[in-house]
Amino acid sequence: MHEWSLVQSLLSRVDEEVRKHGAVAVRRLEVSIGELAGVDPALFDSAYELFRMDTLCAEAQLEIRYVPATWVCAQCGARITQGAALWCAACESPARLDAGAEIVLERMELEVP
Amino acid sequence: MCEVCGCGDPEIVPVDVHENLLSGNDQRARHNREHLAGHGVLAVNLMGSPGAGKTAMLEATARASGGWRLGGITADLATERDAERLRAAGIPSYGITTGSVCHLDAAIVHEALHHFPWHGLDVLFIENVGNLVCPAIYDLGQAVNVVALSVTEGEDKPLKYPVMFRRADLVLLTKMDLLPHLPGVRVGAIEHALARVMPAPALLPVSATTGEGISGWMEWLAARREKVAPPRA
Repeated sequence: MHEWSLVQSLLSRVDEEVRKHGAVAVRRLEVSIGELAGVDPALFDSAYELFRMDTLCAEAQLEIRYVPATWVCAQCGARITQGAALWCAACESPARLDAGAEIVLERMELEVP
Repeated sequence: MCEVCGCGDPEIVPVDVHENLLSGNDQRARHNREHLAGHGVLAVNLMGSPGAGKTAMLEATARASGGWRLGGITADLATERDAERLRAAGIPSYGITTGSVCHLDAAIVHEALHHFPWHGLDVLFIENVGNLVCPAIYDLGQAVNVVALSVTEGEDKPLKYPVMFRRADLVLLTKMDLLPHLPGVRVGAIEHALARVMPAPALLPVSATTGEGISGWMEWLAARREKVAPPRA
């Protein structure tokens, strides 16, 4: 259930921006969660529903963008086929994860009086 | 206030953040890493399922370690049994009881470092909570991630828990002495699965009972330790 602590990090990060901008409410949050982030989007969402009560996010819609894992060759950048070994036969090089590990607060919309 | 017509409607301000929600933990992990590596201590984050044989591996490590100065931080939801076992094996250890927390994070490890004389160690083992899910995403400040996977867990564990195995520097295939009793488990199939979730897969078959693979494990540790500190005279 580390989704709970991640949502707490989210809300405290949001709080920083709220104070910086003198906002009175948050309208919208956009979070990217990668396939290999180790975070369950549904659990993250339900933790958010629980923790946002009585905060400035009470009316803020949470949009979760799911990012599929993309592996590429660390040398030539060629895409590794899904389900294949994480290895580029042409370069004899291991793959690197290009996308899909993120747990990122991308952007938010604040209501500023 | 809306500045266009002065109607009194609040203004909607978009803010681009693009910040990782684990950045606080990652920052604390960097702090731990600087301390540990700065003192020439190889910190090993040892992860794996409950019952994968993490503690037994460390007991076998203690038996094979010669003059190495080893230390341990162990974590369980309840009890300090693992720390007691390590101390009995000759590894000074500090036990963390995490309550309902299913993983260690950098702040918990930092706190533990304040309670534990780790400065003179060659290797500090951080035995994480037995769990193949949550521990994988938290950087603790370790130099290496090692995952213990027992042969009794079956062939497809890597495919089921890709997040954990992706971050491993080494996978210890434990309880090899039990393999003859497991007709449905083939080491080749585990290697095949691992290659699909771990770039540059490294699998070392070991047995804490028979001693199989322990010398290879010690060599791997020694090579990693040389990267954080020059070999001792």
